Amino acid sequence: MSVEVRIPTILRPYTGGDKNVTAEGATLGALIIDLDVRYPGIRERIVDEQGLRRFVNLYLNDEDVRFLGGLDTPVADGDSVTILPAVAGG
Amino acid sequence: MLNIRQSLVDAMVAHARADHPDEACGVIAGPAGSDRPERFIPMVNAARSPTFYEFDSADLLRLYREMDARDEEPVVVYHSHTATQAYPSRTDIAYASEPEAHYVLVSTRDGVAQEDPVEVRSFRIVDGEVSEEPIEIVA
Repeated sequence: MSVEVRIPTILRPYTGGDKNVTAEGATLGALIIDLDVRYPGIRERIVDEQGLRRFVNLYLNDEDVRFLGGLDTPVADGDSVTILPAVAGG
Repeated sequence: MLNIRQSLVDAMVAHARADHPDEACGVIAGPAGSDRPERFIPMVNAARSPTFYEFDSADLLRLYREMDARDEEPVVVYHSHTATQAYPSRTDIAYASEPEAHYVLVSTRDGVAQEDPVEVRSFRIVDGEVSEEPIEIVA
């Protein structure tokens, strides 16, 4: 269940500068836990106690996971995951 | 320092005027590592609000895919303030997530007619710290 994950600039300090990394997991939530084993500290930048952080967008292939099953969305071999911080402000 | 062509500044100002009183937002992409803004990409403010802006999440994914494919970066991230000065708000600072981008603020608080003055200022926002930088118009 190996999945490619695109890491945004602001989280690349966790991945040693890598833009594309690999992680494993049956669901997005599990995948993010695995990502945190490989790159400690990255998980809390993506999720909090309530789930996905409000201003972080997570995509499975072309879909915003908020319109899928959120962190419970199943992940299949060969899927791609993209993490993008929202571009937002006041 | 932000080095930018006058036509790109004019494009940001025109977008801000057109969307007033809602906030306008967008990106100027440039070749990765160049620090040179070149491709003007106005975005829809999904919040359609005079006090908030947010790129639509599907538009955001398309934008970053396209920039990746063209080996570009968001050199400038711009938005407007329609009732306050062109200085980053607390929410702007909290959500700023492109440490290498120039954050350009355009204020249309003094009106949107051609003769009304607009304020255009540029900032770096890194780890919650704001620093203003000069804007240099280049050919």
